[in-house]
Amino acid sequence: MVARETPLLDIRDLSVHFRVYGGVLRVLDRINFHVLQGERVGLVGETGCGKTTTMKTILQVLPTPPAEIPQGEIRFQGQDVMTMSQRELVNMRGQGISMIFQDPTAALNPVFTVGQQLTAVIRHASPENRNLNNSQLRERALEALRQVALADPERLLDSYPIQLSGGMRQRVCIGMALSTRPGLLIADEPGTALDVTIQDQVLRLLQDLVEQQGNSFILITHTLGIVRQMTDRVYVMYAGNMVEVAPTQRLFTNPLHPYTQGLMDAVPRLTGGGISEGIPGRIPDYMNPPSGCRFSGRCPHAMPVCSREKPPVFQIEGPEDESHEVACFLYDEPHKVSNYKAELQPV
Amino acid sequence: MNFLNVEELQRLFLFLLRRIFQSVFVLFGLSILIFLLSRVLPGDPARMALGARAPQETIQRLRDEMHLDEPLLQQYQIWFTNALGGDLGDSLRTRRPVVDDIVEFLPASMELVLLAGVISAIGGITLGTLSARHKDSWIDNLVRVVSYMGVVTPAFVVAIIFLTFFTTAEFGLDLFPPIGRLSSGFEPPPRVTGLYTVDALLAGQFDTFVNALHHLILPSLALALGSLSQEARITRSTMSDNLTRDYIAAERALGIPEKTVTGKFLLKPSLIPTVSIFGLDFAANLSNAFLVEVIFNWPGISRYATTAMLYKDLNAIAAVILILGVTFIVVNILVDLVVGILDPRIRLRGARSD
Amino acid sequence: MAEIAVSPVPEVIDAAALARIQRQNRRENLGRMWFKFSRNPLSVIGLLMVIAIILLAIFAEFVTPFPDHVRPFTDFVNAKKPPGGEYLLGTDQFGRDILSRIVFGFRFSLLMAVVVLTLVVPVGVTLGMVAGYFQGTIIDTIIMRITDIFLSVPPLILALAIASVLTPNLTNSMVAVSLMWWPWYARLVYGLSSALRTEYFVSSAETIGARTPHILFREILPNMISPIFTKMSLDVGWVIIIGSMLSFLGLGVQEPQPGLGTMVAKGSDYLPTGQWWMAIFPALAIVVVVLGFNLLGDGLRDLFSAEEV
Repeated sequence: MVARETPLLDIRDLSVHFRVYGGVLRVLDRINFHVLQGERVGLVGETGCGKTTTMKTILQVLPTPPAEIPQGEIRFQGQDVMTMSQRELVNMRGQGISMIFQDPTAALNPVFTVGQQLTAVIRHASPENRNLNNSQLRERALEALRQVALADPERLLDSYPIQLSGGMRQRVCIGMALSTRPGLLIADEPGTALDVTIQDQVLRLLQDLVEQQGNSFILITHTLGIVRQMTDRVYVMYAGNMVEVAPTQRLFTNPLHPYTQGLMDAVPRLTGGGISEGIPGRIPDYMNPPSGCRFSGRCPHAMPVCSREKPPVFQIEGPEDESHEVACFLYDEPHKVSNYKAELQPV
Repeated sequence: MNFLNVEELQRLFLFLLRRIFQSVFVLFGLSILIFLLSRVLPGDPARMALGARAPQETIQRLRDEMHLDEPLLQQYQIWFTNALGGDLGDSLRTRRPVVDDIVEFLPASMELVLLAGVISAIGGITLGTLSARHKDSWIDNLVRVVSYMGVVTPAFVVAIIFLTFFTTAEFGLDLFPPIGRLSSGFEPPPRVTGLYTVDALLAGQFDTFVNALHHLILPSLALALGSLSQEARITRSTMSDNLTRDYIAAERALGIPEKTVTGKFLLKPSLIPTVSIFGLDFAANLSNAFLVEVIFNWPGISRYATTAMLYKDLNAIAAVILILGVTFIVVNILVDLVVGILDPRIRLRGARSD
Repeated sequence: MAEIAVSPVPEVIDAAALARIQRQNRRENLGRMWFKFSRNPLSVIGLLMVIAIILLAIFAEFVTPFPDHVRPFTDFVNAKKPPGGEYLLGTDQFGRDILSRIVFGFRFSLLMAVVVLTLVVPVGVTLGMVAGYFQGTIIDTIIMRITDIFLSVPPLILALAIASVLTPNLTNSMVAVSLMWWPWYARLVYGLSSALRTEYFVSSAETIGARTPHILFREILPNMISPIFTKMSLDVGWVIIIGSMLSFLGLGVQEPQPGLGTMVAKGSDYLPTGQWWMAIFPALAIVVVVLGFNLLGDGLRDLFSAEEV
């Protein structure tokens, strides 16, 4: 285990609940998560497992109510996000952390032009920007649109979101998120709302831009291939729990958590074997989650202890002194199945 | 940055032209409807106007005057041509040109309805915003209960309750004058717009302005309560819905301060449905004015029409409906225009199709 | 989420067994709907208010203290009595019991709502449905342009005008309100049916050669029942308001019959002299009726909109 530097973003023991009619949804359950300076981190999990909620909580943009945060700590550059004043929050957002939302159509205000939204973002990105005049703002906005390879940015500035194609909207969202020159960029399933070729273009663009600007980067996705190309380290999330974290290469060669293994199996491969069945079952009910491991109901290796107790996080020794953590009783010594690892198929 | 560019103004203009063209058609249809209503439905309009005991030759004279012996199509032609030229016939009761009566009585109603519109728009949007911003708090609950009651209570019931409790010292509070537009002893200000409050200000008669406003408040409040409640409910539901939208989260996430997010990026899309129902609310106000003017003895067009209806003064009835129909159509065009300015989706669609 | 009741299915389903299963399903559906509806206490209050008002109106002769006060009647000794004692809500200028007259007034309000909606809904729905199905044709143009013309005047004003050229009485006020009300249904249904006509089940019925009436009434209409029903339940309150407004202006229920609006109008003459109960109680009665029907209507709307999701 390496003594690590102070992370840029550090989340500890964070829980988020949604108070809805008829009860409380325990959407995030004591998660830990961090991003180092300049690091590219992936966050993988099925739709609805709490990835987006985690990111919205970091930025403090969850609508409260219904959301509430009963416990946990979020630190950005060492500062506690939850106790930040409105002004500090505004400063953190934009220039500190900026986010590309999942659905570009929903993330753009339908009744304002691209230019109006983009200049508002740029104007508030930093105290100096507040002194920019209209033509300087416009210039910065054009620059942001050119950066994401959008043709005819002049015309685009005066267009409304409905006048743009899905791919253009996605690019506008990326341009908007980068226009603040953020230290940390969060991309929430970029391109999932688009068709495959456009999605590919958008991801390439995003990868280039992140490499160019050297931002720290969080990529949220449920597509494993993308994570492999674009990140250094991966978190795997299941139903509001972090179940495994490892350097990207290591996770792909040696996935430990049964859920991670299931995810890998669910990826269709061209080299024989065909498409596997995926993981049987559904994500559990957030209102009455299983008291033990939330995956126990679907896990092919479930043991009696799994449905009783919540698995702690186990540190697994790696070859190059890398940190590989997994929350699963299979890796607790007394329960450990001796030849279990040997059965694993390298991907 | 907020203004429309040339291209958008052109689109808006086209949109407006289209609406006006549609309205001309509707107005033409309305004139047929009104004509049929006033000439065909009741049997002999002349006898109805003059009463059963009127001598035959008097009736015949009126029939000639109203061209009742001509074929129906020709009657309509005459009526329509005259109406286009601003001649809606003579009132069968006051024996004056109906247009003169309307010019005299319409401003009083407009003063009432306009103030009611302003009260309901400002009050409704304020209460709705307050309610949405403090969702599920006691403010929200209070606004919801009050606005629900406001919606189910007809304006004339509100007017009766106001009249009982706020105008007599014997029972409740003697806060407002019960009837009329001005207290005795006050002369109406020199006529410019016909709205006493505006005219008094124009003439610099401050006392008259205060007195006219004092008379105006209670009836316009009675009129406004229903639409105020309606608008508060709509604003609340759109705004609390929009608050959970991704674009609001995105704008916050990208570092735009809360004041700009709510005051600009949330407010504009949330106002669209509220403005859209404003046309219907205006119609409700015009309708309710018929009863509120009677209750407060307000010398407006509605009270004039009510009297005309009781005396079966068909020319006056037809003219008032035509005028109110035109007013309603104009208000609807204005509402569409404002919605078009607020909502590019409607503006763009309006210009694209045909 | 809904549990599917697995009942033992006989090998050969005969007609009787099928009918039994259908009956059972229907009962279960109703049970589920009632469960949802009863979750909102306001809807239940609305329902109870409506039931109470309907029962009072039906049995008015037996439940009111002075049923003969709704006919020509004068008792100047007991005129203008304030509320309390024998006359719970006081008496009017002829000594008639306000409470009894209000309960009988419910009768006219409900009658109006029932008659108007029975006249208006079939007409409006049929016209809107036909226009929507034949969208873009001359039939659509004719029907919807006429609808537009009716919608171009504030509804009450048109009703007032129609009522005023006819003889003022309850029947004619119902005619007047009906004449201005159908376009609202036509417009609602037009939107629904023009959307439905491109659905697969409609085009497949067309493909197999179903006749137009079959498509309209068996394919399209059943899919519009919830929004129509919701509008109807909310409209009851509005029809009652419009009816009371007409009778307030003397164009509806005529004296000595007790219309709620008429009572408010006559009573308001006595406001300046302090006999407030003559106008205020009938006015509040209108609010109570409308409140009951609106609470119920809102409950039904939530029920149906939740059902569609």
